Amino acid sequence: MARIPSTSRRALLFGTAAASAGALLTACTSNEPTNQEQATDNAPVADDKPGKAVTIGFAGPQADHGWLNAINDNAKSRAKKYSDVTLEITEGSNDIAQQIGQIQTLINKKVDVLVILPADGKALTQVGLQAMKAGIPVINLDRVFASPQAYRCWIGGDNYGMGLNAGHFIGERLKDKPNAKVVELAGLDNLELTQQRTKGFDDALKNYPNIKKVARQAADFTVESGQAKMAQLLQAQSQFDALWNHDDDQGVGALRAIDQAGRDDFLMVGGAGAKSAMDAIKADNGVLKATVLYPPTMAASAIDLARALGQGKGVGGLAEFEIPSSLTLYSAVVTKDNVDQYLPTGFK
Amino acid sequence: MTQPATAAQKETPTSAAKSARGQEISRRLGLRWDVRSLSLLGVLVVLVAVGGITAPDEFLATSNLQLVLTQASVIGVVTVGMTFVITGGGIDLSVGAIVALASVWATTVATQEFGFAGILFTAVIVGVGCGLVNGLLIAYGRLVPFIATLAMLASARGLALQITDGSTQIVAVDSVLDLGARDAYVLGVPPLVLIFAAVTVIGWLLLNRTTFGRRTVAVGGNAEAARLAGIDVRRQRLYLYLLSGLCCGIAAFMLIVLAGSGQNTNGNLYELDAIAAAIIGGTLLSGGRGTILGSVLGVLVFTTITNIFALNNLETAVQQIAKGAIIVAAVLVQRRSMPGDA
Repeated sequence: MARIPSTSRRALLFGTAAASAGALLTACTSNEPTNQEQATDNAPVADDKPGKAVTIGFAGPQADHGWLNAINDNAKSRAKKYSDVTLEITEGSNDIAQQIGQIQTLINKKVDVLVILPADGKALTQVGLQAMKAGIPVINLDRVFASPQAYRCWIGGDNYGMGLNAGHFIGERLKDKPNAKVVELAGLDNLELTQQRTKGFDDALKNYPNIKKVARQAADFTVESGQAKMAQLLQAQSQFDALWNHDDDQGVGALRAIDQAGRDDFLMVGGAGAKSAMDAIKADNGVLKATVLYPPTMAASAIDLARALGQGKGVGGLAEFEIPSSLTLYSAVVTKDNVDQYLPTGFK
Repeated sequence: MTQPATAAQKETPTSAAKSARGQEISRRLGLRWDVRSLSLLGVLVVLVAVGGITAPDEFLATSNLQLVLTQASVIGVVTVGMTFVITGGGIDLSVGAIVALASVWATTVATQEFGFAGILFTAVIVGVGCGLVNGLLIAYGRLVPFIATLAMLASARGLALQITDGSTQIVAVDSVLDLGARDAYVLGVPPLVLIFAAVTVIGWLLLNRTTFGRRTVAVGGNAEAARLAGIDVRRQRLYLYLLSGLCCGIAAFMLIVLAGSGQNTNGNLYELDAIAAAIIGGTLLSGGRGTILGSVLGVLVFTTITNIFALNNLETAVQQIAKGAIIVAAVLVQRRSMPGDA
């Protein structure tokens, strides 16, 4: 069924070219500054030197958008960096039953540590518990399990913090402007993370009594929905001073709508940290002035944590003998001033 | 179900005779404004009134009319193709996936090197190609349309994901992007709306004024009777899916212009939107009767609802509840106004 009727040589050409373009694209996502300082104290910490061999099982959802794709790439390239790490990676799936099966397979293979980004945190709690009971420690990546017993360490982004930092950035820009109006283009409304981002944003704006949020519409993280919802918002609000868009993928569409409406009378802050958004911030020729990170590098850090756990070591730079039980990453604000530093982490 | 006034069945059952006569008159007048389309037009008028009252400044502006029509144009073109397929007794669940595949295939770095023509050509060819596969499987492979197009849905989405690797492919060809800009408007009409209008007019002519259209209705109404009447039913079915694929290809190009990018999530749930618009427009889900004007009105009703909600800054949850209620209300109103054809 997937066979495409290759009617012309050109179509064939495009196909091959598309495939090689895809291969090229995947090759350039992760690029972290190397690496943590050696801790001075006695606690044995994981460093770049080869140690005990560790097999890490990695199970994530289907990489159907840029951020998840970057998660996979970050995990793979980080694992490749260590000669003592073997990565068992499963085919990503959004089907809960299928992901449970994949994780059970990894448990049966007796991997040393599991890194799990569940398609749905609550629904996969049981299999997390199974792994822990089988003696395989679990690093829970981003979408949190319902029970803390289902993981040894949770590492993930800060959705509330994203909203908070976006709100503060906009607040500082507009604090001297009387009766300033802001507009919010939210992500998929039936996800908890969207509610958290909105709550953080609202809480930050409370510090600035001169600023009022006049409109909020929810898109669904796709370019198409971003364009459609933003076009409506622009029609509804003939004048406003700032826009916060939850997600850079839908931001591509939002920027397109802004462009089509010929509007440039406000500043825009994005979310997540896509490369296209960072490029626009760097070029500084449009409304997009900043983006708030939800860093996919967390997958690389999860591999680091898994390796440290497998080797029974702590984290470099910290005094403890063990890795922490939970790590919430900071949602940094990327602006023109610091964009060069973050550009290599931008995802496509 | 009765299908009055189809080419294949000249005899009309008495229970539907009245509405059949009405249809016959409107047919002679050259219009297929049956009662369903008229009542849908009524719904649209009510919506415009609601919009005008709740958000007078924003809703009644010219820029808003341009916005609503632009937002309706992509799904509108898909719905025209879908109307043909449903009228011919089939269903095409793969339209959203085909739009996604065509839009990502047409925006790969390699395709973009060929510029405007390359993007347009690729989008259309991929659409037609998928339609061809659907059509061959259904007409000559004897697969049930539901299954064949469901399989196409899955594999086209998969291929789209494979091509993009999940990334958003930004279009850097200015001539394509400019088509969506305000400068490109022709006498205040956006080019995308012109394409939509052209597809609608051609679709209307094709369905109502040609042998092809009459064959489509005949095949959808009673395939066996159509075969006995000398129609090549299989070839007709193949053509219908080709047509739907072509519409998807055109829609994919329009979406590329609109969103300035190609993404494997494009065209999400278009199949449901297109089927819903066609059905509330008055096209019979079991085939044998279809109306292009009704489908277009259906699309406009949906787009206007979305627009009014956004202008009034209502929450997503409220939007979804109200949308469902309005669909049911629209269909109920249609039923009431057509007692002989419930």
